[in-house]
Amino acid sequence: MMDESRRGFIGKAFGAVAAVGGIASLIAMKKTWDPLPSVMSAGFTTVDVSGLEANKLEVVVWRGKPVFVLKYTEDMKPTDGRSVKIGDHYFSVMIGLCTHLGCIPAYRADQHDFKCACHGGEFTDAGINKFGPPPRPLDIPPFKLDGVTLVLGEEGPEYKAMMAAKA
Amino acid sequence: MAEFKKADSMLEWFDQRLGVVNFAKVMMTEYWIPKNINFLWAMGVLLSVLFTFLVVSGIFLLMYYKPDVNMAFDSVNYTIMQEVAYGWLFRHIHAVGASVVFLVIYIHMFTGIYYGSYKKGREMIWISGMLLFVLFSAEGFSGYMLPWGQMSYWAAYVITEIFGGIPVIGDELVVWIRGNFYVSDATLTRFFMLHVLLIPLLIIGAIVLHFYALRFPHVNNEAGEFFDFDEEAEKYKAGDKKGSKVVPFWPVFLSKDFFVLGFFMLFFFYLVFFHYGFAMDAINFDKADGLKTPAHIYPEWYFLWSYEVLRGFFFEIGGISGKDLGLIAFGIANAVFFFMPWLDRSPMVKPANQRPYFKYWFWFMMVDLIVLTVYGKLPPTGANAWVGFASSLTFLTLFAALPFITKAEAKKVGGK
Amino acid sequence: MKEFKILAVIVALVGITYYGIEPYAHHVMHPEVAPADFTFKDLKNVDTSLVGNVENGKVLVEANCIACHSIESVGHPQVMPNADAAASYGVVPPDLSGAGWIYDKNYLANFIYDPVSAMKLQHKFTPESGKAFPMPSYNWMSAQEIMDIVAYLQSVAPTAKSGTESHKKTFEAACGRCHSMAYAGLESTTPIDTIKTYMGATPPDLSQYIKSRGEHYLYSFINDPQVLLPGTAMPRTGLNKKAQEEVIAYMEEIGDRKKAERESLGIWVMIYTLIFAILAYLWKRKIWSEVH
Repeated sequence: MMDESRRGFIGKAFGAVAAVGGIASLIAMKKTWDPLPSVMSAGFTTVDVSGLEANKLEVVVWRGKPVFVLKYTEDMKPTDGRSVKIGDHYFSVMIGLCTHLGCIPAYRADQHDFKCACHGGEFTDAGINKFGPPPRPLDIPPFKLDGVTLVLGEEGPEYKAMMAAKA
Repeated sequence: MAEFKKADSMLEWFDQRLGVVNFAKVMMTEYWIPKNINFLWAMGVLLSVLFTFLVVSGIFLLMYYKPDVNMAFDSVNYTIMQEVAYGWLFRHIHAVGASVVFLVIYIHMFTGIYYGSYKKGREMIWISGMLLFVLFSAEGFSGYMLPWGQMSYWAAYVITEIFGGIPVIGDELVVWIRGNFYVSDATLTRFFMLHVLLIPLLIIGAIVLHFYALRFPHVNNEAGEFFDFDEEAEKYKAGDKKGSKVVPFWPVFLSKDFFVLGFFMLFFFYLVFFHYGFAMDAINFDKADGLKTPAHIYPEWYFLWSYEVLRGFFFEIGGISGKDLGLIAFGIANAVFFFMPWLDRSPMVKPANQRPYFKYWFWFMMVDLIVLTVYGKLPPTGANAWVGFASSLTFLTLFAALPFITKAEAKKVGGK
Repeated sequence: MKEFKILAVIVALVGITYYGIEPYAHHVMHPEVAPADFTFKDLKNVDTSLVGNVENGKVLVEANCIACHSIESVGHPQVMPNADAAASYGVVPPDLSGAGWIYDKNYLANFIYDPVSAMKLQHKFTPESGKAFPMPSYNWMSAQEIMDIVAYLQSVAPTAKSGTESHKKTFEAACGRCHSMAYAGLESTTPIDTIKTYMGATPPDLSQYIKSRGEHYLYSFINDPQVLLPGTAMPRTGLNKKAQEEVIAYMEEIGDRKKAERESLGIWVMIYTLIFAILAYLWKRKIWSEVH
């Protein structure tokens, strides 16, 4: 009787230790798949917006994604909660990937809008989806304003206000 | 250990140590297959041969391929295609083989559905087969990334992006899978590992399971007839070869398979040498560029039907966004075939055309899958989007209706 | 018989699917465009029926062209090295040795008259853009004088030869100032950074264009890029039919150099497989005769 229960206990203990080892290994393997620290830290891009030309799309690369920086002309109206005022000018700052399947829309300067060649989605100058399959406006990357410099990847007060207004 | 007597022949020497005579009987000469079959029963052997072709051609490609974003494209398109002796041949066999293997898998799969070869004891054959389908899909997808062309990149981008739709963990999961915020070198090397090692190992394991699963319930036949295999085997061994309902795997069954294989290979090599464009998309001969999206992005043809189910839902229904609906439908589409044995509530094992209701279901499904496949490639604009929506909905509806249709059928035929 | 019926059903289903995803889908995604026009009939500024005077052409060329262009076949060397020329003009000016042979006569005449409209680049060199094409228009010349220049350029041009070497020469003259061909070891004669500034984007390397675009597309595209890619910065180059075919032949010789081997080996493998299949069938008949 004693023997039986002791064997049962040892068996369970052995099973538990084996399981701990197995789980620990799985965690290690999961972490091996994680992005490298160097990849995670290479996530900041700065853009000087002072030299930009109005109505001409500037595309910068941030975390492998194209980010659109568009300076408005005098007759382009800012959109609440999406247009950013830097100095005396309004800008659109957004990730240039169609929210449908991630293609890069092209800017049509004469119509002040974006057209995605993949599936025909269209966005306004502020990135709001106005036609086709895209389910939502273009995403806004986390950014911070530092004078006339835009830091992508850091969350500044303007960005936080935008996100709060959306939620 | 028993005393070994000196062997008189090489065969005996091996037989003493490995039991090769008995092994050959069990695997070949006394492994019994029904006689009442047609050429569709040769698809399994065709698949084994194609898989062998893929492994062998893959080994030779591996000798010169470089899994690095700066070198991958040229290592394939210059070194392998233009410099290595017969490198182009191995690549063509690998690319065309990967495409054609899916054609044969689909024929194999729908043969199984048509003849009801997934029920009454054959559930594990079906499930292990579906597991192979999923593994082959993963193998195809990971391999498609390796040449690092535009379609490699953007297919990888769009498909990994799909995981972003999973609630809560989605965004982080995508970064975790890619090993970066975007499809990058880390993504290429890990998919390389999956493609050349992990998934092939799993495939080989699943093939063994699939073959093993055939042993107990035995292979189905053209009429769906159940009979005593041992009795029929005895009849055959006793010399009544014409009266027996079974034949041995070797040489009788395989002789028919080789004949089918011969003509299939004629078709296969025609594709390899003269008509490979369908398997080697032109756009993939442009090097991957993460900042330049091709005008049309589509997966390889064998993923088109499920891709179309994914994008068929393009508008909000009942507060759920089209994207989420598509993702749910896509998840269902990829899992639902596993449940065939339980969704088909009729105990009847017969060719579909002899089943009063199921035959309509089967041919409707075939038509719907073809429509999904074709519209999965066409740009989803205007009327195309609605055809996609209707055929995606039809796909889901057909599966939802299957238990009821087959239940009604069981009632009609009275449990026969 | 029944097996043939099954085969027919499968062939039909596969055939319909194939038609839908290949020929039909391609037709939808890449609609047919107007056929290539090697007469460049939209260009009408110069009366090309005039017969040019080679002697007078020579005088005109020496007075007007060789300050920028070399004509190495008659001993006018390059004015300066490629990099300096590219820095001065934005792009290396072409050597005119082969101009009379690779360009269509009507195109060449109209190009001299007004380069920008001949190249169909009016959308790029607009007055507002502040950009100007490096070569001026010679619209102040008379049609006769332009035709004299054309006649002279044609008289100094080499005659057509065949073979990869000659295809390569045509490619270098027609495409090689902007495009590289890495798989042939050719780099654009205009340095990459300069040409990027000049064109607005780096012109693609053409090593695999025979595969990624295909002969059919290239045939229309080279003849008139604006038809397939409206707004592209690539000029219409004005190649005549023969020169364009040589360029495409060269792209195939470099981009698909195993084509001949593939096609001849293919035949042998098909013959082998047919023998395999027939013997397999005979063997199967023999084996199954015992069980049926």
